[in-house]
Amino acid sequence: MATASSTFEPAAPIHTGPRSFLRRLTDGDEIAHLITLVFASSILLVTFLLLYRLWADSADARHQFGWHFFYTSTWDPVSGDFGALPFIYGTLVTSALALLIAVPLGLGAAIFLAELAPRKISDSLAFLIDLLAAVPSVIYGLLGIFVLVPLMRTVVAPFLKATLGFLPLFQGPSYGVGLLTAGLVLSIMVVPFIISVSREVLLSVPSDQREAALSLGATRWEATWKVVVPFARTGIFGSVFLALARALGETMAVTMVIGNDPRIASSLFAPGYSIAAVIANEFSEAVGNLYVQSLIELALVLFLITFILNGLARILIVATQQKGMS
Amino acid sequence: MMKRFALATLLLSLVAAGAVMADAPILINAAGATFPYPIYSKWFDVYRQKNPAIQINYASVGSGAGIAQMTNGTVDFGASDGPMNDEQMKNFKDKRGVAVLHFPTVLGAAVPTYNVPNVKVDLNFTQKALAGIYLGTITKWNDPEITGANKGVNLPAADIVVVHRSDGSGTTYIWTDFLSKVSPEWAKKVGTKTSVNWPVGLGGKGNEGVSGLVKQTPGAIGYVELIYVIQNNMTYGQVQNADGKFIKADLASVSAAAAGAAKSMPDDFRVSITNAPGPTAYPISSFTWLLIPAKIGDATKRDAIKGFLKWMLTDGQGYNEGLQYAKLPKLVVDKELKAISQIQ
Repeated sequence: MATASSTFEPAAPIHTGPRSFLRRLTDGDEIAHLITLVFASSILLVTFLLLYRLWADSADARHQFGWHFFYTSTWDPVSGDFGALPFIYGTLVTSALALLIAVPLGLGAAIFLAELAPRKISDSLAFLIDLLAAVPSVIYGLLGIFVLVPLMRTVVAPFLKATLGFLPLFQGPSYGVGLLTAGLVLSIMVVPFIISVSREVLLSVPSDQREAALSLGATRWEATWKVVVPFARTGIFGSVFLALARALGETMAVTMVIGNDPRIASSLFAPGYSIAAVIANEFSEAVGNLYVQSLIELALVLFLITFILNGLARILIVATQQKGMS
Repeated sequence: MMKRFALATLLLSLVAAGAVMADAPILINAAGATFPYPIYSKWFDVYRQKNPAIQINYASVGSGAGIAQMTNGTVDFGASDGPMNDEQMKNFKDKRGVAVLHFPTVLGAAVPTYNVPNVKVDLNFTQKALAGIYLGTITKWNDPEITGANKGVNLPAADIVVVHRSDGSGTTYIWTDFLSKVSPEWAKKVGTKTSVNWPVGLGGKGNEGVSGLVKQTPGAIGYVELIYVIQNNMTYGQVQNADGKFIKADLASVSAAAAGAAKSMPDDFRVSITNAPGPTAYPISSFTWLLIPAKIGDATKRDAIKGFLKWMLTDGQGYNEGLQYAKLPKLVVDKELKAISQIQ
């Protein structure tokens, strides 16, 4: 600010109009407005350019396969026959599994840290959680391979087969790697996001909300669950979508534990494949126009899935908000 | 004290930078295969020391990306683990107006690695056995096709878990090329490429991903690069070659495969040497190539690249075995030295 005004000092004495453009510039408001506007529109620009490139660079593949791309499940680089269904399936299933595990776990932990734990413990734990969120995904992938995969094969899978084996979800051979393992690794990766953001949101709920509930005779838990959590609902949803976005796009950790087999099986023990994983795996060695374009179209599909899920999420927020208001 | 030292270092590096600037080297950019990257970076480094005026930068972005970048003219030459096919050659010619030349540089091989409970010896694999296992028609370790080649080994009735590379890779190219040659069914159903539509199995990312999965999964079989198993002291199987002999892959048997194929080497060097003839030839071997435009407009660059090729084929080959790459046989080297003059 100081430098900006001193730079424009010589222009300052000229006062023609009441608020000339120059005057507004020297006040700094206009500059701040312009700069932030440029920054904000750069996001739009990047999104648009990204979409445009993906669209343009997959033209031949879109033309060749049309809608078939979405519901056929052959992925044969040799004969040049490409379908995205197994990858869409793998992406959605692993992300859903991750949220299924991570949301209750993360929300519970956030409520404890924000509402029930002493502030000191809460703050130091929050620091650890932020550290977890910063661990590179390849580390989670390696831990998955060396710790989780053997554990899944020798302990978890036999246990699930013995208890829930009547469900088709838990049948068939278990290799350790597969959809369930990928979902588990993803859930571990996204849980810090949910905890960290939800905790901040819960902490920012004004204390008169709590006090009002308590003074009406609510117990501590009732005040938390019926007043504070609904108040912070939008922010909590936000943390879940952040987690979902991370799960949908995660590449390295998933490809290390998912089994990388583009097939759709009813069992969660079966190996699968996700969109991000197949792009990362095959793009660098992809040879031939149609092959490369099909991989780019997969990226477009992932973009679309993220877009649709985010849109649904917005609708969900609006819908629940209106219900809460009335 | 510290400060003065830092200042001195800074000045010195400035002077050094200035010296380099003053004598600007000929910059040559290349991109391509990851498999030969260790030996390529060694070569480019040593060659730079011998010829400070020539600097070759190599980006190991993968064969496919290397071919694409060379076709688009963003790099001076490319490198690939598989030879360019006719469509790619035509595409290059359409875009750049010149042909592209292949120069084999080193040899690589893929070997089967496995984890069979209670079996500690090197297993023998017939060609039919490997094709059957990867097609999913042989599913048990005590299948007659496997036990027949391993007399005296007590193979269990365990299920075979097939593991392959999930990332596109030259190793997969060699492996599927071999299977296509020895099994008509494989050639028809699956084919040869850096990634294929695998009939069965799990995918592991990279050599470490495949070997990790194999180590952890009882009954698993996978394939990895020869260099990787040598560096990690892994046990691996012997494979039946075209002469019916079971050969354990090592640098000598891989070079022997190249020598076996050298007699029928086409003039453009685009040749697969899997299942090559010769009693000591390891059957799952392959060249890796540098891809060089037949016409290079910039005369200094052209001479630099030709000079490097000459050095790589002679003195450069001496660095191969230290990094576990098999040497080119003499017959191939002589033929390539002659081919250098085709670059104009």
